[in-house]
Amino acid sequence: MTATVDAPAAEVGRARLRKEDAKLITGQTNWTDNIRLPGMLHMAFVRSPFAHAKITRVDLSGALAQPGVIAAFSGADLAAEQGSLPCAWPVTPDIVIPPHPPMAVDEVRYVGEAVAVVVARDRYAAADAVAHVDVDYDPLPPVLDIRTALDEGSPKVHEAGNKSYEWVFANGDTDAAFRDAPVVLERKYRQQRLIPCAMEPRSVVAQWVGEQVTLWSATQIPHVLRFALAAFFGIPEQDVRVIAPDVGGGFGSKLQVTAEEVLAVLVGRRVGKPVKWTESRSEGNMTVHHGRDQWQTIRIAADADGRIRGLEVDLLADMGAYLMLVTPGIPLLGAFMFPAIYKMDAYSFKCTGVFTTKMPTDAYRGAGRPEATYAIERIMDELAVELGVDPLELRARNWIRHEEFPFTTICGLTYDSGNYEAATARAKEIFDYDGLRREQAERAARGDKVRLGIGISTFTEMCGLAPSRVLGSLSYGAGGWEHASIRMLPTGKVEVVTGSSAHGQGHETAWSQIVSDQLGIPFEDIRVLHGDTQISPKGMDTYGSRSLAVGGLALVQACDKVVAKAKVIAAAMLEASADDLEFSAGKFSVRGDPEASKSMQEIALATFAAHALPDGVEPSLDSDATYDPDNFSFPHGTHLCATEVDTETGFVQIRSYVAVDDVGVVVNPLIVEGQVHGGIAQGVAQALYEDGVYDDDGNLVTATLADYLVPAAPDLPSYQTSRTESPAGNRLGVKGVGEAGTIASTPAVVNAVVDALRPFGVHDITMPCSPERVWRALQSGNGGQA
Amino acid sequence: MTHITVTVDGVKYADQVEPRLLLVHYLRETVGKTGTPIGCDTSNCGACTVLMDGVSVKSCAVLAVQADGSDITTIEGLSNGGLTPLQRAFHEEHALQCGYCTPGMIIAATDLLRDNPHPTDEEIRDGLEGNLCRCTGYENIVRAVRRAAQAGVSE
Repeated sequence: MTATVDAPAAEVGRARLRKEDAKLITGQTNWTDNIRLPGMLHMAFVRSPFAHAKITRVDLSGALAQPGVIAAFSGADLAAEQGSLPCAWPVTPDIVIPPHPPMAVDEVRYVGEAVAVVVARDRYAAADAVAHVDVDYDPLPPVLDIRTALDEGSPKVHEAGNKSYEWVFANGDTDAAFRDAPVVLERKYRQQRLIPCAMEPRSVVAQWVGEQVTLWSATQIPHVLRFALAAFFGIPEQDVRVIAPDVGGGFGSKLQVTAEEVLAVLVGRRVGKPVKWTESRSEGNMTVHHGRDQWQTIRIAADADGRIRGLEVDLLADMGAYLMLVTPGIPLLGAFMFPAIYKMDAYSFKCTGVFTTKMPTDAYRGAGRPEATYAIERIMDELAVELGVDPLELRARNWIRHEEFPFTTICGLTYDSGNYEAATARAKEIFDYDGLRREQAERAARGDKVRLGIGISTFTEMCGLAPSRVLGSLSYGAGGWEHASIRMLPTGKVEVVTGSSAHGQGHETAWSQIVSDQLGIPFEDIRVLHGDTQISPKGMDTYGSRSLAVGGLALVQACDKVVAKAKVIAAAMLEASADDLEFSAGKFSVRGDPEASKSMQEIALATFAAHALPDGVEPSLDSDATYDPDNFSFPHGTHLCATEVDTETGFVQIRSYVAVDDVGVVVNPLIVEGQVHGGIAQGVAQALYEDGVYDDDGNLVTATLADYLVPAAPDLPSYQTSRTESPAGNRLGVKGVGEAGTIASTPAVVNAVVDALRPFGVHDITMPCSPERVWRALQSGNGGQA
Repeated sequence: MTHITVTVDGVKYADQVEPRLLLVHYLRETVGKTGTPIGCDTSNCGACTVLMDGVSVKSCAVLAVQADGSDITTIEGLSNGGLTPLQRAFHEEHALQCGYCTPGMIIAATDLLRDNPHPTDEEIRDGLEGNLCRCTGYENIVRAVRRAAQAGVSE
């Protein structure tokens, strides 16, 4: 693949320290929960203790009698105005999208669903008063297991039944591929339910002034939220301003239009005062959308030499009780990723979306792609064992060779660039693959009680969401463009306005680097603005590793327009023809006469003065641009993990972890490495620690951070990272990186654990691979689906 | 209501508080020290860590009345102008992304280095076990603490 990449640059590629840090390391921050407005009231929610029940009575009088309580509302009180929370991704024409009132009116369908709200003068008074709301419930049977929820006779979550949709995709003749195939393997894998746990809990402040409302929210999507408030809740769009102040992480969990955001707006209007709500962690674990939760059946057919003939995937995906913003689409993002980096003749995919009486699922770091990558990378290891081939060798026999790019996969995606050979070779070398294999054999030979396992993940993913036309073809309710504008200030400094909405990603730094190169303005002279729909009126926000691969390209387009405008004015200032000017390092100079030049700063000031602009030239260098990509972004890499597994206790220790990622051209290596580290950690967390568990009554038993094991520093290894660079087919050559580590690491870790225990007859362990599960797998030696 | 006198970041405050008021709410809402955030309700995450008479405490697990007469240092008052070696090291090693855990992490690391000025990487990880970070995977946090330790000052 040859990509046209702009000339080497001064800033792009530099490990610039972040502009964001100064305030964050000194506590000068602006989290939503910090906001205090005159007269501000506090909301607290009464939440359902039942997974499924009819609400027969809500009595607010006890709460209203409490000191400091100003108002209280039930779902019935708000029924006329609260509408239904939106689902923007109706994946099939006949999908069942049940009504989803922000506050339950007559039936609750998961523990934690809001049934009433109390408004009081301070947060303690509001919390106290919750206990004085009297709600009568008539319990109904919960629906908790998607494997039986579609059985005849299963209790129903909704009137229409427990099936939301069935979505299929097929290409090639899978029957032919599987018929007479020398090797066919079928495996079932469990993607456990995960709780995102961004460190900043959700928080909302709503303030009405006349007909206009301002909503501050710890959200990833201020622009989408503004649109949703207008489109689905009847507030004229021009009257809605959404501000995402400093936002403390999201990982997809803040890519949502939440009940609490909508209710803050509605309640604020009712009480005529600003209202605020900040969740507690245990409230958040129950009511921030969850991730994953699938049962996967995957079948692979191969020739005797390991060449893949076909792949079949059948998913059951737990939607939870309702379809939220992109709930049904998450498995589809994985649908195209099961074939991964491999060539094959045929592929078929089916996903059934199933309702349960649990918190809805939705986007969580990787969103569909970690699930797919896990299944394919796990079964590739199983196939290697079946054939007696080294698992890296098996992959090499099947992957797309570097000279074959651009390559159109069995799913119809065109991978623009990649070099799996190079990334794998680099990873093997850093990891000392051969040395570790020798040690593994030695330990097995001497019957060491601590066994070594080696896990592999040669992953790719599709990100940079996304070409609008492709999203349209998948029935997604919006486009995938991004917007940027450049404001040239009279003193030659620059304000960059971006429609992507960072919450830890480092846009202020990386965007400054890109614009610095494009305009020749010093890094320090650039300020990046985002996250306020009045400052940044257009945007599609931050998720799906899209900010750089889409928003970064919008910046480049906006800069082009500034340069084009400046050129005309420079030509007038230099009394030269614009055609004779060249632009380099922030200066226009006359070709052949380098002394005759004007800097961007001089042009900015002359434009501000506007004394001598040519006829018909407006006195502004400012620009707007909206970029819509024509393809996804396809980062890839090879991750290798070595685990030491204590066969007496089941304890798993990651001994080394090597990640070689290819994310195309790197704007800031420091930020990219940080994204890889954090991504790996979240994938390791799924492999070893985290599990969102409901009991048989539908109570979330992992509602606190004491029960839900977000790993701490001693639980995670040190990572060795490196990169290869296959530029993407866009002007910056960049790919996404935000989710890559998470997508890659889960199968690498589990493959390593299973690899250590194969001599004991273990061929699978259900995640998370806790000491108990590993120990039980060892005792049974039958796959450990304990 | 109970009368308390607390020194926060070098300034003495006298307030009437409910006996049940958490120190972190006192700091954030009464004193206005919003640099100290809250990340959980079970004292697991450590985001709200402050120094109480020089020792790190999770301020969600301390009542404001228990802090009566004590000297509290938050992230906002950690340095007397400029940055401490740990704050500088967190910046230089890119040991923060969203930054929400950072105040607690820096305070906890300050106490760790006071206790053990030359920790091994393992001691750093163990010493910060009570502070959760969701963004960094801890790698650069360990590097930052190591770097600050090598600078030889924990202040």
